[in-house]
Amino acid sequence: MATRAVITLPEAIKAGEAFEVRATVAHAMETGYRSGDDGARLARDLVRRFECRLDGEFVFAADLYAAISANPYLAFWMRADKAGELSFVWRGDNGFEHRETRLLVLT
Amino acid sequence: MKTLNTATETQRHRRIQTLLLCVSVSLWLCFGLALADERRSGRDTMSPALRTLQADDAQHPAQLALALGKEQWSAGAKSCASCHGEPEKVRGAATRYPAWDQGLVDLPGRIQRCRVRHQQLPAWAPEAEPLLALTALVARQSRGLPLQPPQGPELDAAAQRGQQLYTNRIGALNLSCDQCHDERAGLRLGGSLIPQAHVDDYPVYRLEWQSLGSLQRRLRGCLSGVRATAWGWDSAELLALETYLARRSAGMPMQPPGVRP
Repeated sequence: MATRAVITLPEAIKAGEAFEVRATVAHAMETGYRSGDDGARLARDLVRRFECRLDGEFVFAADLYAAISANPYLAFWMRADKAGELSFVWRGDNGFEHRETRLLVLT
Repeated sequence: MKTLNTATETQRHRRIQTLLLCVSVSLWLCFGLALADERRSGRDTMSPALRTLQADDAQHPAQLALALGKEQWSAGAKSCASCHGEPEKVRGAATRYPAWDQGLVDLPGRIQRCRVRHQQLPAWAPEAEPLLALTALVARQSRGLPLQPPQGPELDAAAQRGQQLYTNRIGALNLSCDQCHDERAGLRLGGSLIPQAHVDDYPVYRLEWQSLGSLQRRLRGCLSGVRATAWGWDSAELLALETYLARRSAGMPMQPPGVRP
């Protein structure tokens, strides 16, 4: 199944004014410490890293670990002086990678 | 002298009549207040934090499921969209379940039937992620509309059966649904508030489950809670109880998918 993410930006963003970005990605975040119904250990499968860039310029990043819930939800504030393309990437175990882009339009 | 007496008597009669009228009017007012709708949706009795979570689409924990639902809606050669068009077209559909169509069928059941009959695909397992996602997507279109469960001889019989099940003591704890959800609604079981058991927000994202779940899952959870044998998925008992519960909540505005603790 294709990977999924939901990103929410405010409807109107003003240049130079802080706004909140919310991002969540569909992921099991299996810790590697649990066992399944058959008693066997469930293999670790985590999202390890989240990064957000505006036209290639680094905005925000987070390292994720085993204690973070499934479908990790991140909210952060940023400020932009010019319009551009926001790119989001989640990388994790077993070659997991999900990319999203959003056009940032300033009013 | 006699005429004067009659006059005062008539006056007294009138006064008594006015008094009686006043009393009866106030009595009716009292009855009217007592008969006013005292039903309260589970979403109105949750903590403010959870209410915010449900009301804000950008924070709603079911948003990923809704995204999956949209994918599913138009996936494949013969998709939901090929017959039904945009999801918005099915606004109001979710208010009319459970329905009777050659057997009792609830909303997830209807989606399963569509999948098997019209898409010629194998049915999903109960509570499969894509099934719940589609159910949530369809139910979401009916936000704000009142529940309008359909009527009919078969449905009436099912609702009656459901009411019996609702008031029937079961399980090792020997409890019936109404003992908690009617008699003790608003009180606490352990630390949790006992809701009135309305079905206006299903499917719900339950924080305890960490996922979306159907009404049947919720009911089966209650059954194991009273240490009773859980009825099978889509069993006559569960569907009858669903039919009764839909009528019990009839007229209440839906806000699916809900968030529950």
